[in-house]
This record gives sequence, C-alpha cells and structure tokens, in this order.
Amino acid sequence: MRLRVYAVAYLVFLYAPIALLPIFAFNDATIIAFPLSGFTTDWFSALATNTALHTAVKNSLFIAVMTAILSTLLGMCAARAGAMARFPMKAGIMGFIMLPLVLPEIIVAVSLLVVVVQIMGWGLSNWTIIAAHVLICTPFCIAILNGAFQNLDPSMEEAAMDLGESRFSAFRLVTLPLVAPGIVSSMLIAFTISLDEFIIAFFLSGASPTMPVYIWSMLRFPASLPVVMALGTILVALSIVLLTIAEILRRRGMARAGVKDKGGFL
Amino acid sequence: MWQKLTSTEGGRGLLLISPPFFYALVLLAVPLGAIVLFSFWTQDFMNLDTTFTLNNYREIVEKPIYGALLQRSLYVSASVTLVTVLLAFPVAYFVSFHVRPERKSLWLFLITIPFWTSYLIRVFLWKVILGYNGVINSGLMKIGLIDEPLTFILYNVNAVIITLAHAFAPFAILPIFVALEKIDRSLLEASQDLGESKLMTFLRVTLPLSMPGLVAAVLIVFIPTIGDYVTPELMGGAGGKLIANMIQTQFLALNNAPLGAALAVVAMISVTAISLAFVLLNIRWLKGRS
Repeated sequence: MRLRVYAVAYLVFLYAPIALLPIFAFNDATIIAFPLSGFTTDWFSALATNTALHTAVKNSLFIAVMTAILSTLLGMCAARAGAMARFPMKAGIMGFIMLPLVLPEIIVAVSLLVVVVQIMGWGLSNWTIIAAHVLICTPFCIAILNGAFQNLDPSMEEAAMDLGESRFSAFRLVTLPLVAPGIVSSMLIAFTISLDEFIIAFFLSGASPTMPVYIWSMLRFPASLPVVMALGTILVALSIVLLTIAEILRRRGMARAGVKDKGGFL
Repeated sequence: MWQKLTSTEGGRGLLLISPPFFYALVLLAVPLGAIVLFSFWTQDFMNLDTTFTLNNYREIVEKPIYGALLQRSLYVSASVTLVTVLLAFPVAYFVSFHVRPERKSLWLFLITIPFWTSYLIRVFLWKVILGYNGVINSGLMKIGLIDEPLTFILYNVNAVIITLAHAFAPFAILPIFVALEKIDRSLLEASQDLGESKLMTFLRVTLPLSMPGLVAAVLIVFIPTIGDYVTPELMGGAGGKLIANMIQTQFLALNNAPLGAALAVVAMISVTAISLAFVLLNIRWLKGRS
C-alpha cells in the first residue's frame, strides 16, 4: 500500500513539468509564473503566423520521416538476423550496433561533425542530421522489432517455401504481415525521437534549423516563452497520440507473434 | 561466394546483419577513431595543423578549469545516477511485484511517456518549477512554510541533478523491472519458509538477484548524463556548467575543435574507466557472497 502511494507520487513527479505546459500556454501573461492572470489563445494564433517556425517544422518533419524509414529498415535487418539461430560473432556485432543507446549524444555529435566538416570537407545539411539520427534510433527500433521477430515460428516460412515460394516471397507473404504492427510501431518511435532530438541537431544542422534548434533559440527571449509553451502543448499532445498508437501496435505485433507481453519499449 | 553465403543459416545471418553493422561502423566507429586522431592535432583559427602533438592534452592537464569541470561533471553524473536508481528501484519493485500482470504494461507505458516528449521544453519547465518565483517557492510561501524564496534549488548543481534525475527516470526503471520480473517467485517463498523475515528475504534474495538490472540501470544513466549540455546550460547558472558545455564551446564558439575533441576523449575515457571499475567491483562483490 505504501509502495503504491510512492509509485503514484513518483508518477506525479514525472508528469509535473508536462502538466504545467497547457496551463501556461493558455495563460494571458508574458511571464511564465504563478499566479495565473486569464485565459487566452493568442499564443496559439502566434504560432500560425511564424514563418521561421514553419520552415523549421518542415525540416524536422522531413528529417523525422526519413529517419523513421531508414532506421526501421536497418532495425528489421538486425532484428531478423538476431532472431535467427547462429552466425559468427553474433553477440559482439549486436552489442556494437546497440552501442549508441548508451553513448553520450554529444560524443556522437562532435565525432560526426569532425568527420563531415573537418575531414571530408562537406557542408552540413538535413542529411547529416538524418545520418546521425538513424544511428541513434536504430537500437530503439531493434528493441521494438525484436519483440515482433523473436519467437516467430520458423516453420511457417519453411512451409511456404516447401509449397514453392521463394525465400523472399515467403518472407513477404508470411512473416511481413505478422510483424507489420511492430514495423509501424518502430517507425513511430524513431519519428518521435528524431522530431524531439536537440543535442545532435544543434551540432549538425546547416543553414536551416530543425524545430528543437529553433525552440532553443526562442528560449533565450523571454517575450517568446508563452509561444514556446503553446508549441510545447501541441507537441506533447501529438507525441502522446503517436506513442499510444505505437504501444497498441507493438502489443498487437507481440500478440501476433504469440509472445507474452512483458511490457516496455526497451 | 554468394551461393555459399545464402545457403547456410549462418551466412544469411551475416548477410542480414551487415547493413546495420556497416552503418554503425561507418557512422560510429570511424568517427570515434577520427575524434581520437583529431585530438592530437591543433587548429589555428581556420588552419588545421596535422602534425602529431600532445599539446591539447597538456593544456587540459595544466589549466585547472578543465580538471574542475571534469570533476564536477563526474560528481553530477554520479549523483544523478544514485538519486535516479534509488528513487526508481521502489517503483520498479512495485510494478513487478504488486501490479496485476495485465496492468504492468500500462504502468510502464505511463512511466515512459514523459521521457519521449519535448526534452528542451521539459528542462525549461523545471526552471519554472524551481525558480525564484517558481511553483515550489510560491507554493511553500503561500502555505507559510518559508518566508523567503529558496535560492539553493535553481542555477546551481542541485538544479542540474534534479532535472537530470527526472529526465533519466525511465532509463533506470526499465532494466531494474526486467531483472525483477526474471526472479523466480518460489525462491522468495522458500526463503520465508526457511524462517527469514520479509526484510532479510529482500536483502538476501531479491536484491542480489536484481543486481544485473541495477548494474544496467547505473550504466545506462551514468554514461549518457556526462554528455548533456542542455540541462547545465539552462539550470546550472554560472557555477553549474559541465564538461559538455566546454566541449560545445570549443567546437561551436571558440572554433578550437582539436581541443574540444581532446576534452571529449578525456571525458569518455573517465566515464568508461569508472563504469568498468563499477562493474568489476560488482562482480567481485556478488562472487564474494556466494
């Protein structure tokens, strides 16, 4: 009982900052502090006319969509290989691919910056960010896709091949439909991570900033803070919707694969 | 060759794993090697001097600011790890032992949601909570517990620790939860049947068996926190800047990438060394018990 009270208190601690977002987003004052002064939707309408923000959002959406597709493709290769019995140096290779999960993001950012700009002499663009985001998102995709690919009965594909399908079409016709929910879930998670990622994007963005980089620049000006709160409210609502869909699909994928759900993305 | 690869399961496995493997090799291993190489070079404004030198490392050792920043960063990372894991353990324990199985994923989902949402704005909101006119101060003054706003909770190391402990909470809960889930419940019954109290059962059975999860939680919090510069920048004030802020400054403001690279290498080596020492001590401790 005492543990339950503690756990609920802990959830309150986790949600406290997010809960404040809509409060200040609708508050009719330029200072982000209590007491509240009145209700307004001005900050939301200010978002609609901010063209610099729109450009940043478009950049971020492009980066997030590309990252979602590419990291899920790489994740599928790894999860599928991981579900297969044995190949040389399996544990070492898998561990290496999962390494970005624990690597400090600033290390990823500066090492790529050094290679791209100083050594290769290339310019920075959305693609440098995509390259880095795919690197850090792939381990998350693998973690999710493992749930879908593992314990998938290999005899189903074998049956399809015995009945005359090629290896690839057996995969496409039998396995792919079974893991489809996991694939969508993995893409949604990668999309969410990429859309929100700041540390790497700050180092690797070229002339046009991503949305978090633009938010960072807004945080320095007190006058723009209420608008940031309004933007944050929309983002939080959006990511809760995306994550809920991802979670439902992930569970459905695990159910299709016949795995008992142990919960959690990681 | 192709025939040989596709005809065996091991060959197909290697073929499948090679795209993600080579991606990680080219975008992770090569850049990490490059940054080590780079740290032995020097930069004079825009010109890169590629003669091998230890000057960057010499500067880091000789100028006290770098040592101080590194020390403070390690202190912050260690404190965040300690706070996060201590706060997280009871939650993981509760979800694993006291929540009905069909409700477990809902709890884990609720715990992970805040972690995925708008990192920058979340950090900023801690400023609103902890600030001079913030939620905590105005709340405590309203109920009359304090007369003046508390100032030790913003623009210093404490604020950085609180904010990071919040940001890394799910990272600590999930591995501990997984380890607790794997514990065979009949072992706990056996311990109590043999006369151990509930507390002793926890200390002598549950805790040692959850050690792999605890170690994973410690590593997964301790290592990445060293690389965060957003939280110290927003919450740390003048006295709360960390090594990551210095790396960022060297790269983006002072245009001294080689020194920044050397700092990154030093930070990485320190963190890795401490993590390895922790893991080894833990293995020895667990061995000593059995």
